Amino acid sequence: MKHIGIFALATAVALTLSSGVATAADPIKIGAIVSKSGPASFLGEPQDVTLRHYVKKINDAGGLLGRPLELVLYDDATDANVARTFASRLVDSDKVVAVIGPSTTGVTLAIAPVFEDAKIPMISLAAGVEIVDPVRAYVFKTPHTDRMVCRKIAVDMKARNFKRVALLNGTDGAGKTLRSECLVIFKSVGLEISADESFNPNDSDMTPQLTKIKNLPGVDALLIGGFGQALAVVTRNYGQLSIKTPMYQAHGAASQTYIKLSGKASEGVRVTSPLLVIVDKLPDSDPLKAGALEYAKTMRAITGAEASTFGGYSYDALMLIVNAIRKANSADPKAIRDALEVTRGFAGVTGVFNMSKDNHLGIDESSFYMVDIRDGGWKLAQ
Amino acid sequence: MSVFESLRLSLHANGGVLALAGVMLFLPFLLTSDFHYRVIALVWIFSLAVVGLNILMGHTGVVSLGHGGFVGLGAYSVAVGPVLLGIPVWLSLLVGVLLGGFLALLIGKPLLRLKGHYLAAATLGFGILVFMLFSNEVRWTGGPDGMSVKRLNLFGWEVRGAQTWYWVGAGVLLVGAWMARNLERSPTGRALQAIHGSEVAAAITGVDVAGYKLIAFVLSALYATAAGAMMALMNGHVTPGIGDFLVSLQLLTMVVLGGMGSLLGAVVGAALLLVLPQFLTVVHDYEHAFIGLILIVCMIFLRSGIVPTLHARFRKYQ
Amino acid sequence: MSEFLQFILAGMTVGAIYSVVALGFTMVFNASGVVNFAQGEFVMLGGMLTVYGMALGMPYSVAALFAVVATSLISVALYDFAIRPARGAPVYALIIITVGASILIRGLTKIAFGTGPRDLPPLLGDEPVRVAGAVILPQSMLVIASTLAIYLCLWLLLQKTLLGHAVVASANNRMAAQMVGIDVDVMTRFSFSLSAAIGAFSGILISPITLVSYDMGTMLALKGFAAAILGGMGSPLGAILGGVLVGLSEAMSAGYLSSQYKDATAFVIIILVLFVFPNGLVGKSGHERV
Repeated sequence: MKHIGIFALATAVALTLSSGVATAADPIKIGAIVSKSGPASFLGEPQDVTLRHYVKKINDAGGLLGRPLELVLYDDATDANVARTFASRLVDSDKVVAVIGPSTTGVTLAIAPVFEDAKIPMISLAAGVEIVDPVRAYVFKTPHTDRMVCRKIAVDMKARNFKRVALLNGTDGAGKTLRSECLVIFKSVGLEISADESFNPNDSDMTPQLTKIKNLPGVDALLIGGFGQALAVVTRNYGQLSIKTPMYQAHGAASQTYIKLSGKASEGVRVTSPLLVIVDKLPDSDPLKAGALEYAKTMRAITGAEASTFGGYSYDALMLIVNAIRKANSADPKAIRDALEVTRGFAGVTGVFNMSKDNHLGIDESSFYMVDIRDGGWKLAQ
Repeated sequence: MSVFESLRLSLHANGGVLALAGVMLFLPFLLTSDFHYRVIALVWIFSLAVVGLNILMGHTGVVSLGHGGFVGLGAYSVAVGPVLLGIPVWLSLLVGVLLGGFLALLIGKPLLRLKGHYLAAATLGFGILVFMLFSNEVRWTGGPDGMSVKRLNLFGWEVRGAQTWYWVGAGVLLVGAWMARNLERSPTGRALQAIHGSEVAAAITGVDVAGYKLIAFVLSALYATAAGAMMALMNGHVTPGIGDFLVSLQLLTMVVLGGMGSLLGAVVGAALLLVLPQFLTVVHDYEHAFIGLILIVCMIFLRSGIVPTLHARFRKYQ
Repeated sequence: MSEFLQFILAGMTVGAIYSVVALGFTMVFNASGVVNFAQGEFVMLGGMLTVYGMALGMPYSVAALFAVVATSLISVALYDFAIRPARGAPVYALIIITVGASILIRGLTKIAFGTGPRDLPPLLGDEPVRVAGAVILPQSMLVIASTLAIYLCLWLLLQKTLLGHAVVASANNRMAAQMVGIDVDVMTRFSFSLSAAIGAFSGILISPITLVSYDMGTMLALKGFAAAILGGMGSPLGAILGGVLVGLSEAMSAGYLSSQYKDATAFVIIILVLFVFPNGLVGKSGHERV
């Protein structure tokens, strides 16, 4: 009698255990390397917050392909050597199937070969055009390139009949690449470079450089490149020196923080801005408005501050990967890469992505706007 | 003295180097992935620079806040050589190391007349100047985003991969460590020890203090330059950050943490600062706070550095 | 001419910032022989804690007072928990301790306040003052004036008061000072908290110009240290001179030479000056005891 009891018990236990094994699923591991500390920390912080929140949100909704997503995120402290070690770790130890990041161009270029060799797709969050030109099979990116920024600004300057431009750029990566790209593009459309000055991103006073520029004859416009608080300091100095030459800024200045810190000197500054910053100024008919508004609202709820475009890049990267996994119905790295490459018409918060074999960026300049700062807010420039 | 006795004495004198070799041979049994090999390869490479810095700091007491400059010089030599001058990588490596030594000779002479904090500040200036050069000259160095580095090719064998660099780094470190140990026991080494004890006393006994300080400075520069070159070759890419002030500070911290004047201390210091962050990733945002705290606690309780303090305690119990 | 004047004014503004950081270095060095690399963090904390206080609803002056007091306490804690226990340790060990402390403070600040830059309102409005075609912010003039005032007060304190004499005595010869009844620990704590207070106070004054972020301390410490060395480590007058020189050389080279290498010019000048004045401009030459 008791043998039957034990047998029944054993069967019940076996059934429970085996059904447990059947439903326990391996997580899909997605790696991320962002600059949460170091000079690029204000790029990496919102990226970290975005990725953690949305991975959790996806898991709460049931995961992906019936499996939970696991985010393996490392902070590279804006150091290429450190990032490379973490890249190795993601490939060899964590065995991720896709990677998001890094936040900066220099670090991206340093670690891209690791993922190319390991054949794991990587979506960079950096601006440098050389990340996708020449195209590498396993490397993608989501932000607009600095080449696009320069082209847009050049077109705008020509439309306003400007002839001579003064450049003032930070000595950091963002400032220098913008300078390199703009020097080439401006010359090619016939704009004359009157001045080519630099500042250190940690500087607190750029009046010497601005004074030099102010005293040059016939300068039609001033372009500032770089990122961080230095942009606000330059703008303040510009106001203090009562410089009337129109100022252009790249998307490093596309944030409410920049307007707030620059004060009234920011009035009239023309900024190239991704759509996320001015999403409420877009017509409701714009297909990207709803998604971008939703993201902006979520970020405001979590951080108490406005959504950052840099965070937006990481949101798009994550959603592109999720979309690719769904389309390919597989979490195999090569399958993800192939699916990424044929992504078309994908609406992100940075733009509409149309990837192809020759285009691993996917967005064009249509989701990139020229905006003026008016009364402490944004106004689309006509 | 019998053969066995002289062997025993030699073993005892070279104990540190042999222990190191033993660790190098044994460690691969514990390493299970390329990632592990890479971290340890980095430890070997950094240790080389730290051993060099130890020769300078541990013996002459000169504090350098600018050795990152030599690391950067080595790294950019192997990057720029093949691209700008069309010379093969191994030659760029050699030229780079010699360049580092030559530069050290050139600036060392006037620099080493300074003392204490003033000398440290001058080396700081040197390191920052070198960094600025690499960061600003975009045409030659790719600027802040850096440039890619061709792999080292020795008679058809391409040196790449974490495991390869583990052994290459270990080998070079062993050679460097052995040379440093031999230097210690040579007349030059004894002169350096004398200088460390008291410069005035050493000068009185006829030691050419300035000359020996310069030798130590040049040697430490050679080590650092070689380490920088190896790092660039291993990574296949170089950015100005490879030789910035933070790297100089990191090297300094490794020397002091591990123990000034101690060979094993150099490796322990490098290992601690390179391996620890890998374990601290679990605490996410608190990583830096933790590292700062660990530095403080270590220096309070192990004030001569980890290896010498533990060595002294161990001796007390024997 | 107005261009030249603008460069001078810009150099003085930045120079005053470096001077006050250099003063902090000098004070702690005089008191304990330690180069306190966390000095830059004290300047940052002055601004950051004031922003925090105001966010909590405190009026500006109360928040500023809170910031200065809090930073002084942090500095005393640094001395008591990190430097005093390491008494007798070699100098480079103490340097690493202060480096560790600066990393710790920076890390905790990042966790508490995030990475974004903050702003403080200027005390005398933000309309720049025009002087012969050049402009200077009233806040910059305030920074310059207060740096001089701090220096004068320090001089008065150390040379003319009993407390000051006790501080100098403790730094000079610990045992002798103890023998005449001076509590050396209290004196050192006092020096530490004073240098932190000076740092925090100046941090509050410069924040309307430089903005404040968790990592601004590193660059400040570097330049402040360089300025202190240029003038002569341990000499308050040297700190002022060094700071002004570094600031002026930066502004002049940005204006007349190359703005890319303006920071390089400052360091080149420091190295060149040290070749002629191995103990800084007004530093005292040390004696090595045998």
